[in-house]
Amino acid sequence: MTDSTAPGQQVATPADARDDTLAIAPNPPRRALGLHRRLSRVWANDPGWWGHVTAVNHTTLGLRFMGTALVFFLVGGVLAMLIRAQLATHDGAFLDTELYNQIFTMHGSIMMFLFAIPMLEGLAIYLLPKLLGTRDMAFPRLTALGYWCYLFGGLIMLTALLFGVAPRDGWFMYTPLSGATYSPGINADVWLLGVTFVEISALCAAVEITVTILRQRAPGMKLTEMPLFAWYMLGTSVMMLVGFPPLILASVLLEIERAFDWPFFAVARGGDPLLWQHLFWLFGHPEVYIIFLPAAGVLSTLIPVLCRTQIMGYGAIVASVLALVFLSFGLWVHHMFTVGIPHMALAFFSAASLLVAVPTVVQVFAWIGTMWQGRPQLVLPMYHILGFFLTFVMGGLTGVMLAVVPFNWQAHDTAFVTAHLHYVLIGGFVFPMMAAAVWWMPQITGRERVRGLGEAAFWVILIGFHGTFFIMHLTGLLGMPRRIDVYPDNPEWVWLNLTSSIFGFVMTIGFGLFVLDMALQAFMGQKQRRDPWRAPTLDWAMPLPAPPYTFASIPAPQHLDLPAREVITILARGEGLLPGAPRDRRELLTTSLGTARPDHVALLPGNTALPLGLASAIGGFVLLMLAGLYALTLLPLVLVAMLIWRWGRGMVRPVDDAPIEVAPGLSLPLQGWRRRTLGWTGSVCLLVANGTLFASLVFGIGFLALVASEWPGPEARVTSAALPWVAIAALMPVLGALAQRRSDALQRRGGDGSAAAGLGVVANSVAVAALAVLALGHMDDPTQHARDALRGVLAGYVALHALIGAGMAGFAMDQFRRAEITARHAGLLPVWRLWQDYAAVTALVAALLAVGLGMSA
Amino acid sequence: MRGALVLMLPLVLAGCDSPLSTLTPAGPAARDIAGLWWVMLGGAAVLTLLVLVLLAMAFGPPRQVRARVWTHWLGLGLSFPVLGAMLAAGLWVGERVLPRDDGALQIKVHAVQWFWEFTAPSPDGPVTTRDRLILPAGEPVDLIITSSDVIHSFWVPQLGGKMDAIPGRENRLRLQADAPGRLAGQCAEFCGVGHAVMRFEVEVVEAGDWEEALRDAANDGDAEDD
Repeated sequence: MTDSTAPGQQVATPADARDDTLAIAPNPPRRALGLHRRLSRVWANDPGWWGHVTAVNHTTLGLRFMGTALVFFLVGGVLAMLIRAQLATHDGAFLDTELYNQIFTMHGSIMMFLFAIPMLEGLAIYLLPKLLGTRDMAFPRLTALGYWCYLFGGLIMLTALLFGVAPRDGWFMYTPLSGATYSPGINADVWLLGVTFVEISALCAAVEITVTILRQRAPGMKLTEMPLFAWYMLGTSVMMLVGFPPLILASVLLEIERAFDWPFFAVARGGDPLLWQHLFWLFGHPEVYIIFLPAAGVLSTLIPVLCRTQIMGYGAIVASVLALVFLSFGLWVHHMFTVGIPHMALAFFSAASLLVAVPTVVQVFAWIGTMWQGRPQLVLPMYHILGFFLTFVMGGLTGVMLAVVPFNWQAHDTAFVTAHLHYVLIGGFVFPMMAAAVWWMPQITGRERVRGLGEAAFWVILIGFHGTFFIMHLTGLLGMPRRIDVYPDNPEWVWLNLTSSIFGFVMTIGFGLFVLDMALQAFMGQKQRRDPWRAPTLDWAMPLPAPPYTFASIPAPQHLDLPAREVITILARGEGLLPGAPRDRRELLTTSLGTARPDHVALLPGNTALPLGLASAIGGFVLLMLAGLYALTLLPLVLVAMLIWRWGRGMVRPVDDAPIEVAPGLSLPLQGWRRRTLGWTGSVCLLVANGTLFASLVFGIGFLALVASEWPGPEARVTSAALPWVAIAALMPVLGALAQRRSDALQRRGGDGSAAAGLGVVANSVAVAALAVLALGHMDDPTQHARDALRGVLAGYVALHALIGAGMAGFAMDQFRRAEITARHAGLLPVWRLWQDYAAVTALVAALLAVGLGMSA
Repeated sequence: MRGALVLMLPLVLAGCDSPLSTLTPAGPAARDIAGLWWVMLGGAAVLTLLVLVLLAMAFGPPRQVRARVWTHWLGLGLSFPVLGAMLAAGLWVGERVLPRDDGALQIKVHAVQWFWEFTAPSPDGPVTTRDRLILPAGEPVDLIITSSDVIHSFWVPQLGGKMDAIPGRENRLRLQADAPGRLAGQCAEFCGVGHAVMRFEVEVVEAGDWEEALRDAANDGDAEDD
């Protein structure tokens, strides 16, 4: 790969660099206003307050994600100030210990789960379709569902704080402290259920970000030439797909332990508290890079434009992103250097932790090199970028120090680590995000910034930040641990803490100024001319503020090399592909994975309240779990199943549409004619996440069996009489997969596959029934030992997948009966096939594991 | 700013009594690690300065630069040697402070919400003291660290790194104190409402006086029980 070509740069790309078979003739120009009016009618949100409920548009929801995340940032900031007020003196009588513990736990949890992750999701959702030259994210209703899950989960946690029952075990919730014995009450449940609820939104976002980047780039925008931000987001979304499932599994296991007393972490019954730490940090360390990568993507986007040049080392940067994604899953143990792991194992993780610095260093030097090769302009976004460099480099260096095992033994769990992580997160995320805010606010508001205030905010934040956290390194080295509320015997820490507290308030004032600046811009700014930064990327090739349909016509290959300001009119006049909304429905173009050749026209759903309904049903489940009304949780679960069915019905499209001419001489089929729809790619992503969850479970079983002290457990009661039922439960999903193939074959021939699909329903149902027989008649009491609890979890996992498989088979059967599946239209069949195959494989593995855990003769 | 810290530190350390400071080591392990810190601090200061100078130099007219110089020579060429040296230094120090099977004195440390129990062997049978650890000066001691409720972490900053006390397992930490005196220790892993006050004192006595000090402590303990 060459070092100098980034897509959409103002320089002309050599003619042979683009695939010349991808010449697409332009559509004839039309009246831009006419296109705009009709597109706006089709793509706009419903009017009035109802429009807020039913909105699925990525611009609306991206902004809503970011706005909500900003509110949570302010709440988290207020909590931080309470912490600093408490620590300003050595016997702070400001908060009692119980409340202090809730506040620092919530500060960390809010900043991680309710600010950073949703903020980057919001940025990606808002920006990606504009940057890639498409009209919306792949699954608009999923965007909305993610938002509502995020909002409800966040509100549950905030409400708990208001009522004094917030989580109080630290944001990483170590067991046994967070278990039922040492944390009675609902505080820990609020964390486990609330955060898992919010993670639904992270998974939704990860799935659709991946699919949007892989399948919706403008024709001709090759994977290897797409804007760097898309590479960063692709890395981020893959990490989210693989990183969040271990935490979701850990949260589910701990909640089951707390609610039903199944032991996974309790030592006396075969559990191990370190299982929690492994699963938590398997998520927790990639999490740091999940937060950093989008911010680095912003830097790689902004720096070249601000220096009027191109990014240096496109290929090296992409390689660095991929290396970070890979390496970040191999160093979670560096959060556990003091748990008593053998030194040679520590050496391995120490080496991995040091190695992960290399791709970051490469990027930092690529950015500085870019600045050398151009002419940097010292405007406000550049201030924040310089703030990033100063802060992040220091945070990175302390991070490298912490990767050195003996030093970690001293610094671990002290204020030194607090300082380090704030340098990394504020340096590596907040400063770039502030640069991004300044950068894209003109697009969001259509207005110019009010001069002066933003610069003042920057300086106050920078001084406040370093004043707070620089000396905190020293506080930690002088022995102050994290998470203490008083230190009566250590007068030597007072001046350090007092200084941190004073500057902390300075930093808060700075963030207040920053928010004020954005508000002034939104309400009082002058009207902004188009393309204020003279950017090369497509996100500026549109009127300001961005219209709901984003592009009146989809950019063609020849538009990708032009500067944004030239493309604006071309696209607005409909000279690109798929101009306007002549069929009065939301259409966009899907392209092939690598070279972005036009593939088919996808139809997107319009405004709907279904996401809110589904999120409310899930919220009902969460609230009933919190209330301990476990039997009643079946009601919202049934509702969830019904709403998902309706969701699926909403995907069904009329089957007899003719191909659509997206450009002169280029006609493309509609999505139903292709087996590999966006929904299919999304299902693959979901199964990757699901597979990671299952792999984490297998890891957990292996870990407990090999490491936990109370193994093997008491004599198992389960005997070989259970084996036939295990075999039925394991083989029935395989029969389901055969039934699916039969349906597929009949569909291809144009036959009626409803009976075959019906067999799929029966096979999956029999598997569930066999598992019920096992659970009621054969298996040991799952509260007895971790072995039995794990067997229970495996059975539950297989049962859930068989149930969903039955649902999918039923849906396909229904589609056959309604003649929605024809020789051309596969309906749900391809997705059912993915699911059923996955269910069959995991059922077999689960059966082997369950038997392998041992039974009596 | 880094320079300011370096200038500031001696003042702080000279001016204050810092019983929990990792920077005033009172044993070989803590001394090794403190040395590691000072070297790393110096290196970090140099690298920060390098980046800032390169950044400052970027503000000027465009230059002809070669991408490879930045991404490969600086990006890879600079980081690998630095990181390799750190890994080697870390391993070397880590090996030096590791417990060995050399028959060193073993003291059991049991962490409970929210206090510490230390059990040392003595000719009269094991002696248990609460929140008070008595160590012989100049001799390596292996601490066998356990917990039966939640996770705690045993830490005497002036002697060496911390080690978690985890239900269900025994962790071993080797420490050695240079000279008689009083040191302080604390719990370093958040363990609930009593975390901040879960502290203990460390009394280092001459090796020859250790058994006697232990006997006195046992008698004190009996007296307290009455």
